[in-house]
Amino acid sequence: MKLSNVDYQIMWNRLVAVVEEQATTLIRTAFSTSVREAGDLSAGVFDRRGRMIAQAVTGTPGHVNAMAESVPHFIEEIGRDNIFEGDVYLTNDPWKGTGHLHDFTMVSPAFYQGKHIGFFAATAHVVDIGGRGYGPDANEVYEEGLLVPIMKFIEKGQVNKGLVNIIRNNVREQDQVIGDLYSLAACNAAGDARLMDMMSEFKLDELEALSDFIIDNSRAATLQRIADLPDGTYHNEMMVDGYEAPVDMKVALTIAGDTLLADFAGTSGPSKFGVNVPMVYTRAYACYGLKCAIAPDIPNNTGSLLPFSVTAPEGCILNAPHPAPVSVRHVLGHLVPDVVLGALHECIPGIVPAEGASALWNVLLSARPVDPFSGLPPSEILMFNSGGMGARATLDGLSATAFPSGVSTMSAEATENVGPLTIWQKDLLEGSGGSGEFRGGLGQTIVISANEGYELYFNAMFDRIKYPARGREGGKDGRAGSVMLDDGTILNGKGRQLIPAGRKLILELPGGGGYGDPKKRDSQQVRADLDAGYITLDQAKNDYGLDV
Amino acid sequence: MAQNNVRVGVDIGGTFTDVALDLSGALYTGKVLTNYLQPEQAILDGIHLVCKRAGIDVKEITTVIHGTTLVTNSLIERRGARTAFITTDGFRDVVEMRTENRFEQYDLNLSLPTPLVKRTDRYTLKERISAEGEVLTKIDQNELNALVKDIIAEGYEAVAVGFVHSYTNDIHEVQVQKAFEAAAPELCVSISSHVSPQMREFQRFNTVIANAYVRPQVSEYLGRLVTRLIEIGISCPVFMMHSAGGLISVDTASEFPVRLLESGPAGGAIFAAKFASSYGENQVVSFDMGGTTAKICLIEGGKPKTANTFEVARTYRFAKGSGMPLSTPVVEMVEIGAGGGSIAHVDDMRQIRVGPKSAGSEPGPACYQRGGEHPTVTDANLLLGRLDPDLFAGGEIKLSVPMAKEAMRQKVASKADLNEEQAAFGVTEVVDENMANAARVHTVENGKEISNFAMIAFGGGAPLHACRLCEKLDVDYLIIPPGAGVGSAIGFLNAPFSYEATKGMYQRLNNFDPERINQLLSELRAEALAFVERGAGEIETTTTVQAFMRYTGQGGEIGVDISYKDYVDADVDVFREKFETGYHKLFGRTIDGLGIEITNWSITVASKLEPSTPIALRRSGSQVDVTKTREFFDAALRKFVTASEIQRDSLSPGDAVSGPAVIVEDETSTVVTSGYTLVAQDDKSMLLVNKKTMEAV
Repeated sequence: MKLSNVDYQIMWNRLVAVVEEQATTLIRTAFSTSVREAGDLSAGVFDRRGRMIAQAVTGTPGHVNAMAESVPHFIEEIGRDNIFEGDVYLTNDPWKGTGHLHDFTMVSPAFYQGKHIGFFAATAHVVDIGGRGYGPDANEVYEEGLLVPIMKFIEKGQVNKGLVNIIRNNVREQDQVIGDLYSLAACNAAGDARLMDMMSEFKLDELEALSDFIIDNSRAATLQRIADLPDGTYHNEMMVDGYEAPVDMKVALTIAGDTLLADFAGTSGPSKFGVNVPMVYTRAYACYGLKCAIAPDIPNNTGSLLPFSVTAPEGCILNAPHPAPVSVRHVLGHLVPDVVLGALHECIPGIVPAEGASALWNVLLSARPVDPFSGLPPSEILMFNSGGMGARATLDGLSATAFPSGVSTMSAEATENVGPLTIWQKDLLEGSGGSGEFRGGLGQTIVISANEGYELYFNAMFDRIKYPARGREGGKDGRAGSVMLDDGTILNGKGRQLIPAGRKLILELPGGGGYGDPKKRDSQQVRADLDAGYITLDQAKNDYGLDV
Repeated sequence: MAQNNVRVGVDIGGTFTDVALDLSGALYTGKVLTNYLQPEQAILDGIHLVCKRAGIDVKEITTVIHGTTLVTNSLIERRGARTAFITTDGFRDVVEMRTENRFEQYDLNLSLPTPLVKRTDRYTLKERISAEGEVLTKIDQNELNALVKDIIAEGYEAVAVGFVHSYTNDIHEVQVQKAFEAAAPELCVSISSHVSPQMREFQRFNTVIANAYVRPQVSEYLGRLVTRLIEIGISCPVFMMHSAGGLISVDTASEFPVRLLESGPAGGAIFAAKFASSYGENQVVSFDMGGTTAKICLIEGGKPKTANTFEVARTYRFAKGSGMPLSTPVVEMVEIGAGGGSIAHVDDMRQIRVGPKSAGSEPGPACYQRGGEHPTVTDANLLLGRLDPDLFAGGEIKLSVPMAKEAMRQKVASKADLNEEQAAFGVTEVVDENMANAARVHTVENGKEISNFAMIAFGGGAPLHACRLCEKLDVDYLIIPPGAGVGSAIGFLNAPFSYEATKGMYQRLNNFDPERINQLLSELRAEALAFVERGAGEIETTTTVQAFMRYTGQGGEIGVDISYKDYVDADVDVFREKFETGYHKLFGRTIDGLGIEITNWSITVASKLEPSTPIALRRSGSQVDVTKTREFFDAALRKFVTASEIQRDSLSPGDAVSGPAVIVEDETSTVVTSGYTLVAQDDKSMLLVNKKTMEAV
């Protein structure tokens, strides 16, 4: 059968369905809350050369580019002549995988009629990896848990039991972690079975012609989008909280013809704590932000990702080398899109939003009995919460909505069934969106206390407390976040802290920046916002100039 | 029975109101245009039409069964009542904050659906119930009275109440309901602990709000319908089809109108299920394709798969998460934006894309000659010889090949560097691929393998595409039943009376408490039975129970079928075993060392249906003579082939037609590809069998 262009299109669609099925299998079987509830995973298919040809659309842009880069590392370290049918490889190396030890990337070579034709890869966030547990307080990656270098998890169908045993003895929640490793392998196998069907349906014996078709088309379309942008170098700089000291994030975005380079030279040096970001993760989020604005409709594959070049000087906080601690690299990683989009705004005004809360406010709570001998069981509770997005050039920002991350929050009722705590409030934070012709999205207020007999420890990993999200084109800044107890005690934005029995934790999540001069906002809209309580009386009068 | 049993099913759809009349086993059907202003008028017209066809007087009708898209449309078009929502202090914005994510990752200008009740109409009350159902904060009666007074003064038409954890203890919601009963007895108040007592506040609050929002409109409409029916002499009982595929009384429907959502498609699933059980096919995927969407449903053991949550009114390309998630029992269906009117275009990577935008019926596909300029799936089918330009819709709409060709040339062929035929093939192949992929993913989500299923196809577009879908999915048997154009209305006639009562009650197996379970189950059964008896009187019923279980800390539960009986301490092992069996079936393994918990419970009481008469499928037959042929494009062979053209009503049981063939009837055409053979069945169904399977036999 001679394959036509239509056949190639159908096969491209099919590959996207294959990786969706791979991802679905993982979501359904995973234990990790963040995989299941929040889509913190990635799945994709690669050709023999290690080029990604299709990737499932999931909740985490952070994995997008990162996983695409990982397969060539596997090919190099395993060695081409050491790749056998029935093999499965893995790593959680933050610098060769997706940025921290909690993410395992599993790669399975695909064979068709005895011939090696490509790879499946999948990444998931596991519940625990030993060390100090998920939090920013470590000073070296060694304290953050077990690092498994690129190696074979399964060879020719035989599980590496020694490795499983080592992992089992180094993590908390062993069954769930080991279970998730098998889930990753199983999801690759599910994708593989579907790929085999396609190979026989279309009478293929290799993937190279198809991967050329996909990658060449995607690359050409992406290059065209870049070429359409005005040439020049555009700068942006953004201060954020960091851990022990504020972090200055700087970027120079150079567009010349159909090339694009984002260079983070001038960005602050590394932190002593786990907020450092490996280069691979910085590149993932920079690329994601730019792609949203420039080429949102072009599917993710090596062809559509390669045209976005991203660099940062080694040793800066956005290119932290081994053995820097990187456990909560997502906090600064999530702020990277705001930095690059700010520069892009200089190039193509009217497309990119104002800055938003951006970094997720993940709350990891440990409920412990006040009396250790009470017999009350301990409990770990993880919540994902989001502040406001920045306003857009023609639309208000989305309130309490994750961006750039794509995760979901959990039901308060479900959370209260998981552990001994009460959520007293989870509501929009009135007046927290930056004023503007288009208003920034609102943050939210969350109030939590331990139930009778318990106290709570929590790992803070919050940003935009000292440096709020800035408005654009005359729009005002969003409200900064805050962390405190109900007796007025101010808590830190990063690190492990105690909520004593009887006290309530109050989190105020940041709002997004406004867009455009607030005086230009439609006065009826201002009035409606005031009636609904989205803005305060003070903002209505002073920012918007409403006659009240 | 002394007199004839005359039952009428009426399905109001977006374009047509379909009617099916069963006169002691003989079936008469009809279609009239839907009347948007007075939906009941179309019902009366349709009933007159089928009665005339059956040669009976409308007064002889003994039962009317009705399903409608009224509720769905009212939610999509936001045409409901002005509604106030009262919730727990601190949770005013649950319905606005949703799940805090974006259903489309790359769209910077994304808009989220706005809640049905805006912030100024959402009120809070200081009160709190714990996860265990204890009262943590009592309602202050004075604060409540003041709030009731305010809401009445504002002149709302409906009130919804949703408090945190009210599914474990309804005391506060009931207190609010009573306060309104005392102060304004005529005001409709819906409370979440009665409408949808399930854990997860976002879905439960949405559900009670949707219920309150459509309630005044629905009860007024149903009242009017019953009156109009009586006026023309139909005073028999009227029943409503609900979304889980059963019947309820008009009173129940007026109280819980949210249960009427998607009752039409549920009728379609029942229709397919009836054929599945007659043929003894245990694993069936039903495929329904109309003008704008296609729907896929799994039918196992003769029962459509049901679910407890459902997302209505998706706002963004049918994307998951872009609608309103409701927790109410429904027949579970996957809906994709693929229909005859779906528009094709070429994207920046020069790839053909189809849908979800649809040309609808106005202006319609380019070939309708009503000003449509965009090529659609129907245009592509026409260019590929799968539709006869002179016989579309029984010859009522003349299709123009040149106009289809021109649209295809302009919008697809020239941009993708193809000729018109290749482009048309590309369009149908893309849409078939999309539907096949959706069906495949849906079966994977249910832990099943689709190639083990048989397919039942109905709806105007399905018979054109189903055979190609089967090729793609490796499905060997495809059934096209008779009357497929009005499948939902026929399905209504086969539905049992049923009611599903659900409730959240959290329990870990290591704290297994059979007393509480027994009490809950008997309460739920009494509730469900009362609703069934309200419609059907005292009849023989069946009771099925599902416990929704998971490993401790997991995000999603699986439904586990358990018996309705009194449980004792030792039965904890029964729950564990059933859960582990179910989990293994879905996920291929179980996990040692993890706790197991139960979150929600559901009981369905249904009237016993007469078992369907078994029909042996004829899997082979004798080839009929072919007198007429036509050229059509066979997708698997990538070329035009000479196909037999056969009138469906000329087929007798046992006749076989080897593909390629087109079977023509008024409402649609069935494409039999070169890889399949058609065998006419005793009940006028057509079975398409993969030739490879026939050879193997």
